[in-house]
This record gives sequence, C-alpha cells and structure tokens, in this order.
Amino acid sequence: MGKLLTWVDDRFPLMKMWNEHLAEYYTPKNFNFWYFFGSLALLVLVIQIVSGIFLTMHYKPDAELAFASVEYIMRDVPYGWLIRYIHSTGATAFFIVVYLHMFRGLMYGSYKKPRELIWLFGMFIYLALMAEAFMGYLLPWGQMSYWGAQVIISLFSAIPVIGDDLTLWIRGDFVISDATLNRFFALHVVALPFVIVFLVIAHILALHEVGSNNPDGVEIKKNKDSKGIPLDGIPFHPYYTVKDIAGVAVFLFFFSVVLFYFPDGGGYFLEHANFIASDPLKTPAHIAPVWYFTPFYAILRAVPDKLMGVGAMGAAIVVLFFLPWIDRCKVKSIRYRSVVYKANLTVFAVTFVVLGWLAMQPVTDTITNLSRLFTLLYFAFFVVLFVTSKNELTKPVPDRVTS
Amino acid sequence: MKKHILILLLAIFPATSFAAGAGVHLDTAPIDINDKDSIKRGAKSFVNYCFSCHSAQFMRFNRIAKDTGMDEAEVREMMIFTRDKKGEATKLGDLMKVAMTEEYAKSAFGTAVPDLSLSARARGADWLYTYLRTFYLDENRPTGMNNLAFPDVAMPNVLMNLQGINKAVYADDGHGGTKIEGLESIQSGTMTTEEFDAFTADLVNFMVYLAEPVQAERRSMGWKVLLFLAIFFVFAYLLKKEYWKDVH
Repeated sequence: MGKLLTWVDDRFPLMKMWNEHLAEYYTPKNFNFWYFFGSLALLVLVIQIVSGIFLTMHYKPDAELAFASVEYIMRDVPYGWLIRYIHSTGATAFFIVVYLHMFRGLMYGSYKKPRELIWLFGMFIYLALMAEAFMGYLLPWGQMSYWGAQVIISLFSAIPVIGDDLTLWIRGDFVISDATLNRFFALHVVALPFVIVFLVIAHILALHEVGSNNPDGVEIKKNKDSKGIPLDGIPFHPYYTVKDIAGVAVFLFFFSVVLFYFPDGGGYFLEHANFIASDPLKTPAHIAPVWYFTPFYAILRAVPDKLMGVGAMGAAIVVLFFLPWIDRCKVKSIRYRSVVYKANLTVFAVTFVVLGWLAMQPVTDTITNLSRLFTLLYFAFFVVLFVTSKNELTKPVPDRVTS
Repeated sequence: MKKHILILLLAIFPATSFAAGAGVHLDTAPIDINDKDSIKRGAKSFVNYCFSCHSAQFMRFNRIAKDTGMDEAEVREMMIFTRDKKGEATKLGDLMKVAMTEEYAKSAFGTAVPDLSLSARARGADWLYTYLRTFYLDENRPTGMNNLAFPDVAMPNVLMNLQGINKAVYADDGHGGTKIEGLESIQSGTMTTEEFDAFTADLVNFMVYLAEPVQAERRSMGWKVLLFLAIFFVFAYLLKKEYWKDVH
C-alpha cells in the first residue's frame, strides 16, 4: 500500500493535494451551525449529478415523448420514482443550502478582503445554478414547465433593439417548442454542470488559498505557533470531516422526510399544474415560478414597466456581486458590528422571504403595493449598508477566536 | 423609521388574508390510500364509468393487479373488455388506453377528453370528490348539466343513474345578482346520498392511487431510511465527540 502510494506520488501530487486541501488545511476551530452548508452544497451537487445521470438514461428530450417519459420513469423504471424525487427534492435542497450558505457570508463578512474572489466565484455559481434549475424545470414538459419558460424567456424581449431576435435565438423557434426542449436539455445536462463544477473548484481553491473565515471574523493566520501552524486552527481532516458527517446525517434526515413524505412539497416543489402535459393553446390561470426564484419574480412584478422590471430584477442579482465593495466596514463578523448593521441585515432577510411569498400570490392591488414596498426595502439594504458601513460604531474585535 | 414600517405592515396584512381564493368550497375527500379494497372498488367503478372515454395512458393493468393484490384472471374479468388491432384480447401488461380518438371526442363533446392518469395530482382529491358530486341541471348546457367545481364542463353526468338529479338553489349574492347557494335533489338515483358519497370516495381513492402508484411503497421505505439515518447520526455524533476531545 505504501509502495503504491509512493509510486503514484512520484507521478501525481496525490499526497500533496490531500495535505493541502484536507489533512493540513488549517481551519478555525470555532465553526458553528452555519458552517455546515458549504460542504452540504457540495454533497447536493454530487447527489444532483448522480441522480441526473440515471434520469438521463430514461428521459426522452422530445416534445412528443418528454412528459410520458417522466411518467415512465415514475411508474415503470425500477426505483425510477426514487431517482426522480431525489433529483427534484435535490433542486429545492440545493437552493435552501445555498441561500443559508450565502446568508452565513453576509453575517460573518466572509466576502470581505481577502475573500472577494471567493464571493465572486460563489455568485457565479449561484447564477449558473439558477440557469441550471430554470432549464431543468422545462424538461418534464408540463404546463408550468412550458409557461414558466415562456414567461421568463419573453423577458428578454424587453431589451430594446435586439430583444425579439434574442428571444428567437434562445428559443430556436417562435414559441417554446421541441427545439427549445432539446437545447435546454443539452445545456442542463452537459454545459451548465461543467460550468458549475469548474466554478466550485475555483471557489474552493480560492478559499484554501486565503483560509476560511469564522464566526468571529478573526484571521487565524495572524497567530501561528513555532511550526507555522495557526494557534486557532485545526486540520480540516479529520476534525471537520467527522463533524460534517454528523451534519450530513441530519441534512439527509430532513431531505428524506421531504423525499418520502412530501415529494411535491404541497405544490411548491412540484407544482400541481405541471402534472398536466404542456399545451401551447391553454395558458394556466396562475403562473408562478418555483419557490427559489420567487423573490426576484416579485421584484419583476412590482415594477409596472416591463423593461424597468427586468432591469430591477437583474439589478437585484447583480448588486450582490458588489457586496465586498458596498460594505466598507473593516470589521467582518456581525458579532462586533453595530446595531444598524444587525437591524439592516435582519430586515433584508425578512424582506427576501416576504418577497418570495408575495410572488406566489395572485396579483391584487394589495399584493402589488406590498411587492413595491419590499422591493424598495431589498435595495435599501445596500444603500443603508454603503452609507453606514464607512464609519460604523463597531465593538473591539478579539485577537483570537472565542470558543 | 422601522416602527413606521411595522405599523404600515400591520395595517396592510389583514387585508391580504381574504384577497386570494375564489371558486367553490371543496369537500374533503374521505379517502385512505392504504385501503386496498377501496382502491379495488374504485378501480372497478373507474373501468365501468370513466374508462370508455378517458384513458389512463401511463398506467398498466397488471400494475393495478400487483398493487391491490388481485390475480390476473380477476383483473382480466374486471377491467379488460377490449381487443387490440389483431383481434386479440388486450394484454395485462398494456397501458390503459382507450379506443376513442381525439377527433371523435371533439365531434361528440366539443373538446378532447383528458387523460386521467394524473388528474388527482393536477387537481387534488378534494376537487375530484367535489366535482363528481356537484353536477346540477342547467338547460343552457348542451348536456343539460353544469357543475359547481367545473363551471360549463363539457362532460355529461355519467353517474346520474346512481346519484339522481340535482338542481341549483339560488340566493341573493348581495350585489343585485344571484349565486348558487347549494344543490337540491329533484329525482333520486339508485343509490342513497351516503352510498353515492362512499362510491365516489372509492373512485377518488383509486384515482389518487392511479396518479402515483408508488406512494404506499414510498412511505413504507421512508420510515426505514429515517430510522437508519437516526441511528447513523448517533454513531457519527459519537465519532465527532471522540475526535474533538482534544480541541480546546
């Protein structure tokens, strides 16, 4: 065994990589609950890729056959239902985990210098993930697949001059059709997974280059022992591998509760109308995107003008990329930041959830007015942050992590 | 500022609670997906009353046999009345398709007849249970019948012989018009109301099963997986504690 390892190591940096990223990657010892979601996101990515591969073996990306092939998977393929529900539950789990992971970054200032690139790679992952989920949702070819895609793609037509040609180019047809289904399948199954995996590698490499942040926002590399090992650091493996395994068990428990007992999530994970085969002639009475897109959809609906709405929705996502520069406070962790920041972040979190809820309601005057109010609150977070963070009343940050 | 926003929210939110939701009140379908006899009875009714026009094209006959514990002869006798193009009896492993073409359906009913494989997932059990029981006399409709859950439905009340005939009872809607307050029987069928409700419940129970035949298996596998994960967590947690003893 040792000989084999030497043989490999002479030809490939196996032990070097193992040490660099696991056995000798020194991680702050004070990670809390919020630090489970990074490794869980990686787990869900693997779950999605593996379950996706098995679905691809039975799914037919053809407008005539797609809907029936999904039902074939649900009924005739041995354990096909399990694979399909793993994949559909995985999509929801992915966004829950990623949203919590991002919120962790906001709380502890994980996007701040020197971790700006980690944040940017992460944001690109999020963007790719949204595209991946959107295209994947077309594949079952139900009514919501069809009309949801119709609504979202038609947003591009709001862009002046090139809008109509652009939507035509995206759809490959004048309406959503077999051509659209085929290209979305290609992008969902081949192109975007590649992009996501490469971005995840970049995200982790950037993280391991500068080291992990922690709930105290203290740089553990500032206090090292005589051997150059951070005093507050512990090797990722075995300490965090065993801790994350326990986290994985808890996560899979909740995952399985949904998977086996609420696979359609009361119509939020698998929408009721998506059990009707797509029909280009019948528009569903109420088109709502799947829950993970709803906060941005609410912002789109809140703006009366289509182009402005698309612009606002885009801005709501783009502004997140600039967080490392919008937040000018030197103190990272919320533990040592001002009441203003704590209140601002709380309002932002509540706003995000409320926007999501609003987008799922049928349009009424009250809903529209509320959507406008919360859209303003969403953007107010960044304005307030930019204005107040420069000279924020912070508490003294300790030299070492607190336990 | 924050206090003002809060007051504003409290002022607006009560108004939203009744802003959503229109349409008929749905009765709760008294169904039990684990009751195989009920599913069996429902399957029989489905084949007799629905399956001449409506297909269940994603379902196979022998799947029903397997899941409800019927033997093949029983299924053949109870469910299969058709022959294939070669004149041979429809096979047990065949999908539950119907002979009626879309063109024929359109000329007869003015619309295509929907496949029922997934109706329970698209519409919900309560909707089906309400729909099947709320046909009423309406001379303005081609079939002479209308429906509370599905206004201006094209389907005639195929269960009329069992249920009898209902007419609508109108009331003032408070805006100068009328609304339907309820239904009233004007001619009884071969079943009492209780019998008919039970009959419909069985049919809906079958359709819920039909929409996701695997659900019983899914639930029974579920608790085993959860039990395993719970035990696995205990060991994973103890392992973590053991390793972390020396972290201070």
